[in-house]
Amino acid sequence: MTSKGRALAWQAAAVVSATAVVLYFAHNVTTNLAVRGIQFGFGFLWAKAGFDIPFHLAEWDVNFSYGRALWVAGINTLFAAAICIALSSALGLTLALMRLSGNLLAAGTSRVLIELIRNTPQLLQIVFFYFAVLQALPQMRQSVTIGTSVFLNVRGLFLPAASGEAWDWISSATIGLVVLVAVLWKRMGMVVPRLLVLPPVLIIGLVAAGFTAQWDAPVLKGFNFVGGVRVPPEILALALGVSIYTSAFIAENVRASILGVHRGQTEAAYSLGLPPGRTMALVVLPQAMRLLIPPLTSQYLNIIKSTTLGAAIAYPEILQIFARTVLNQSGRAIEVMTLVLGVFLVINLLASAGMNAWNRRLTLQGR
Amino acid sequence: MTRHPWFRALFGSKGNMIVTLLMIALFAWVVPGLVRWAFGHAVWEAANRAECIATDTGACWAFIKARFALFFYGTYPVDERWRVHLGLALLVVIGTGALFSHRRRGWWLLALMVLVPVADAILLAGGMLGLPAVPTERWGGLMLNLVISFVALAGAMPIGIALAFGRRSSWPVIRYGSIGLIEFWRGVPLLTVLFMGLVLLPLFLPNGVNVDNLVRALVVMTIFTGAYMAETIRGGLQGVPPGQAEAALALGMHGTQVQVLVVLPQALRLAIPGIINIAVDLFKDTSLVSIVGLFDLMGVVGQSVKDPAWTGLAAEGYVFAAVVFFFACLVISLGGSVLERHFSSAPKESKS
Repeated sequence: MTSKGRALAWQAAAVVSATAVVLYFAHNVTTNLAVRGIQFGFGFLWAKAGFDIPFHLAEWDVNFSYGRALWVAGINTLFAAAICIALSSALGLTLALMRLSGNLLAAGTSRVLIELIRNTPQLLQIVFFYFAVLQALPQMRQSVTIGTSVFLNVRGLFLPAASGEAWDWISSATIGLVVLVAVLWKRMGMVVPRLLVLPPVLIIGLVAAGFTAQWDAPVLKGFNFVGGVRVPPEILALALGVSIYTSAFIAENVRASILGVHRGQTEAAYSLGLPPGRTMALVVLPQAMRLLIPPLTSQYLNIIKSTTLGAAIAYPEILQIFARTVLNQSGRAIEVMTLVLGVFLVINLLASAGMNAWNRRLTLQGR
Repeated sequence: MTRHPWFRALFGSKGNMIVTLLMIALFAWVVPGLVRWAFGHAVWEAANRAECIATDTGACWAFIKARFALFFYGTYPVDERWRVHLGLALLVVIGTGALFSHRRRGWWLLALMVLVPVADAILLAGGMLGLPAVPTERWGGLMLNLVISFVALAGAMPIGIALAFGRRSSWPVIRYGSIGLIEFWRGVPLLTVLFMGLVLLPLFLPNGVNVDNLVRALVVMTIFTGAYMAETIRGGLQGVPPGQAEAALALGMHGTQVQVLVVLPQALRLAIPGIINIAVDLFKDTSLVSIVGLFDLMGVVGQSVKDPAWTGLAAEGYVFAAVVFFFACLVISLGGSVLERHFSSAPKESKS
């Protein structure tokens, strides 16, 4: 047989056998569903959910539909992922800088911490923070007090909430300005990296906004706190566990990318008379960023996937709400799992497409 | 004046000095309390938590002592635990032989991939050859983490090799089929995959076929690991210089021979660091089975800290589990680096 004929034959065989497997499964599924008396279909998404979601950012009520629950749980997943991405980046950068600092004690501590964190399961860290730290906190009345109006107890973290016209106005103006500058930075012909300018602007703006705000501090009344915002222990444990675990990997990525910039670049910058700080900011970091983006992308994608571990401590994210609560109530295994898997596949594809686009832009600029 | 380099690394400049002093302050703040809790005021002998609290203020390690066997074997019958030891010994001996012997490596590998799983399955499950049956519900603790890791890793190798070659195939059906499979399994979280095994696998099988809970987890973890393995092996395949395949073709070997006898062994050698990473990640990820109702080390610890006699000792339980996982991962990493050095010396020998 010619090689073309062989190729066709093998591929046809692959298609036939794959189809046979799929048909076999489909046949089994239809029989099983018929035996259990379940009709396949996504119509149940419009049915009344009837369960409570203890923590929700989007609006939720027990009378809402299953479809609405997917939306609410999806927002919870993305919220947890956003917090973890911010926190793990900051922690990872800190660990990497400690490791690269040249200070024996700081570098050694960072190295030991990274090894300890990397070699214990992420789930164990989340569960540890939840059961051994946060659930072991005192009751409301014996709350741990931080400063004057931040309270930590078994029910979570109680923070003062900011409100008022001036707060709304200044804080949204600051965030708008930062986003605008971030987008238009290159077009404005700026040389200093955005990363060095924008965080201080953001901090100063938010602090200024904070002074003008009316602070609604939590106050203990009887057995409960009134006012402020409550951060439930589930999101705290999930954020701490995922962020600390991922930060160890991010630290290693950051270190590798900074060390990956050729030494000659630094030497050239020094011989041109640039001081060490500006050499780092203007010469090394921009080139390191290019090396950092691909591994960082996969760490951020891992974070999104890791938020499902919230199911272990009943944080109401997609897996917990859908694969547990909705599945138990409706018994619709195939529809529920298809939705959950679909959501993660879409998030992953979108995130990696976005990161790839950014990476391509950054790569082209340098050449 | 010359100073010791250590001194310079700690107090060399003003900034360095500040960092050093900050670190020392941090240590002074954290370490004494930790040491007091874990050792100084720890309680090693007690019958329950109340006794622990009455004795001292530190960690209640008596809890770990009381549950030690449970953490390693689950509820595997005491009289049958020699079977676990024998199974582990078999794995270690044949595994070492397969990885480090220079002669008859093919036979060793065959024994590792076929003989060990079959023999260990018979040993652990029993029910034949005069061994009393032990249902998988009684398997647990660290033993279960090891069983899942080994099965998933051994099963992931052939899957990974097949998918890696498939993704490099010039035949579109095979290539896009492989890409689709790899990206699907890599795009979804492991926990959703475990739920899939839990709720979907029974639906996919003929009506009335009941799959053991452990088998469901094993199946999905193997495929999941296989997808990651495929990408690592593909990296290895890309690292093999094209001249190798060309030389083999010039010697008159045909396509399959070239790939299996010349390219694949070199690719696997290049992929060793990646495979070790997968093994470490897999071992840590076996803890996830505790969420789908299996009692691995995490599951057993989680169950034990809810025991009324010992309630409120989550810190002790999870710290112990962390230490066990840490040392197990360390062993895998160290074994991996020994393996890496062992194999990186091989090409030099063939040069002469």
